[in-house]
Amino acid sequence: MLSRTAENLFWMARHIERAENTARVLDVAHRTSLLPLDIEGTQAYLWYAPLNITGCADSYEVKYGLAKADTVSHYMALDPDNPTSIYSCLKLARENARTVRGAITSEMWEVINDTWLELNRLPKQMDYEKFRDFFDWVKNRSHLFRGVTLDTIIKDIGLSFIKLGTFLERADNTARILDVKYHILLPSLNDVGGAADYYQWGSLLKSVSAFEAYQKTYRDVISPQRVSELLIFRDDMPRSLHACMDEVEDALMAINGQSGKEARRLAGEQHAALHFGLTQDAFSEGLHEFLTDFLKNTALLSREIREAYLSRQDTAMIRQLTT
Amino acid sequence: MDTNTLKKYFNEMYADNGAVRDIYGRYGLWLKDLPDGTLERRNAEAELLFRRLGITFAVYGDAGEAERLIPFDIVPRIFGAAEWQRLELGLKQRVRALNAFLHDIYHDQEIIKAGIISAHQVLNNAQYRPEMKGVDLPNQVYAHIAGIDLVRIAENDFYVLEDNLRTPSGVSYMLENRKTMMRLFPELFVKHAVEPVEHYPQMLLNTLREAAPPNVAYPVIVVMTPGSYNSAYFEHAYLASQMGAELVEGQDLFVHQQKVYMHTTEGPQQVHVIYRRVDDDFIDPRVFRADSTLGVPGLMEAYCSGNVALANGVGTGVADDKSTYLFVPDMIRYYLGEAPLLSNVPTWRLSEPDDLSYVLAHLPELVIKEVQGSGGYGMLIGPTSSKAEIEAYRLRILAEPAKFIAQPTLALSSCPTLVESGVAPRHVDLRPFVLSGKDVRIVPGGLTRVALTEGSLVVNSSQGGGTKDTWVLED
Repeated sequence: MLSRTAENLFWMARHIERAENTARVLDVAHRTSLLPLDIEGTQAYLWYAPLNITGCADSYEVKYGLAKADTVSHYMALDPDNPTSIYSCLKLARENARTVRGAITSEMWEVINDTWLELNRLPKQMDYEKFRDFFDWVKNRSHLFRGVTLDTIIKDIGLSFIKLGTFLERADNTARILDVKYHILLPSLNDVGGAADYYQWGSLLKSVSAFEAYQKTYRDVISPQRVSELLIFRDDMPRSLHACMDEVEDALMAINGQSGKEARRLAGEQHAALHFGLTQDAFSEGLHEFLTDFLKNTALLSREIREAYLSRQDTAMIRQLTT
Repeated sequence: MDTNTLKKYFNEMYADNGAVRDIYGRYGLWLKDLPDGTLERRNAEAELLFRRLGITFAVYGDAGEAERLIPFDIVPRIFGAAEWQRLELGLKQRVRALNAFLHDIYHDQEIIKAGIISAHQVLNNAQYRPEMKGVDLPNQVYAHIAGIDLVRIAENDFYVLEDNLRTPSGVSYMLENRKTMMRLFPELFVKHAVEPVEHYPQMLLNTLREAAPPNVAYPVIVVMTPGSYNSAYFEHAYLASQMGAELVEGQDLFVHQQKVYMHTTEGPQQVHVIYRRVDDDFIDPRVFRADSTLGVPGLMEAYCSGNVALANGVGTGVADDKSTYLFVPDMIRYYLGEAPLLSNVPTWRLSEPDDLSYVLAHLPELVIKEVQGSGGYGMLIGPTSSKAEIEAYRLRILAEPAKFIAQPTLALSSCPTLVESGVAPRHVDLRPFVLSGKDVRIVPGGLTRVALTEGSLVVNSSQGGGTKDTWVLED
């Protein structure tokens, strides 16, 4: 496969996943903002969380200053000036798809193109109460895209690059959500079962569609160890780090070939740490440190994938031809 | 229906007495019985289909909306089997002669020695590429894909308006138009035996295979595009996917020891045939425009050493130039020893003093075109231009007469077309696509372009023209 095609497939999937994740993070902030404020401190505090998770707090402050419900929602959902807004992600995903139209199915293209056309029919400034519907729509479009992809695309390495993009982005997002919220998990050991914890953990779980999974799996009050176990180590939870790295490793194995040995090694190592790791170890190491390490390794893996498969350096190629 | 228009121009569907021509007989009956509003409804459906599939066309200088739909008209343009057969023979003959001409001028230049065309006309043409001198191409084919624009003046009167031998586009519209018509009007295809066109990509793939360097058993074929912002990008992607070929940009390719490779996830892979939709000027910054970022450094060297084939070949522009056009009937006689089956439009060359003075005296009646122009840009249509426009154009001509040719304003045939006021006649032309490999091949029909503005004779999509499905009926 052309490196440029692989690159665009990878980023197409990554941008769609990112749009969905941003919608999830904002959705939770909207839900939480409906609760009495003392549960998560001031309003500004509440609205910094989504900015921090998606890493756009600095650029937001330059434009708007203090974090407020309506401006944060607009900035992260619809602002074309924000390169990580849902709007920008869906635009970039469509650009990626357009560039590799021949490598995706017409059905996939129609979902992405329709999404973009529908997005452009929405008002440029959305009423605050319309945002929840919008987030649902974004999630649905993303689900639809993945469903259509799995149902229509040929199972070759093109699909593997799509999966790589999806699951690296998702792993990254889950780790960031946990990291930004880890303070909720740690100090509350002595307050297990309290109402505040219930809502905070509940919202965290809901942001990654894990609330029902938690209830089903543990049938017990929400505890920090279990939340971490569910979202980090359990491989049956679709947005957990372990499940994501399962997919990443599988995709790299399917791509296989001459290139990418180091990428496969890194993914294998990371996967093994999650496969054999223990929740209590992550806690004793410090959850923040554990997650920081994970994010660092994921970035390393992404770079390795870029260099092995996606970049187009003539000199590197000629070296391959002459050896 | 406006009867004036009917008398003045040949109408594809209606004879002068208002009766439906035989070829449109079944269609006419169907149309007559169609409940009011049906065409409009299906037209809306068609538009939705095109928009969703993302079949768009970017128009240069149209900054507001980078992607626009080319209007699709749902009334087909229909040819009878016998009509088409005559056109087909004429088209194949013409393209054979053009390829023979290109081979000749890049080799022994017999046609110049024979005094049929001047050395000046060929060698001083900006599109003549001295780099191609002595380069042998498989099957001696230069223009593998040719788009020959035809217009009809009367029942049996067709003219070639121009030959497009560089990177002719529009074939994806021909294919998508047919697909759309079959989806919207299945009942019509039951009533008519319409010659299929869907196998065009396969025919193109075969043509490209035959263009491959000899001794390559399984040539790797790619389609090369200037990128997703090119106006015809949709078509590049479409053809690549229909042929199962990679769609590459210049940045995906590199040359090593006179061989062309593409960057893949598996490392470098050699490429043998490039169906390139990038103009000569941009394909190799080392040889042509140094500022081009669309091309591949070293590509010409690889091409001239015979390690890679380009379709179309380099240097075809000298043969589709509007001032060379004049000589195509002579080429047919000279190379093939045959009488031309398709006529040229009478053309005045403004480099000739006699022609120039005649044309300057008759500007309001004539169409003036730039020799190097394409896509309907920069032309003057005398009868529909204001005095001021004509005078401004006169100054341009006087500044550099050799840059222009003139032709009479042709009474292009019209075809019923769905417009806001209902079904009304609009002027049409036809671009069939002629493929040359070991043989010359052509799918029946081509792309019918239609000028949607009442009275307009400009059918180019860049000038607001639309397209129609073109049917060739089986016997």
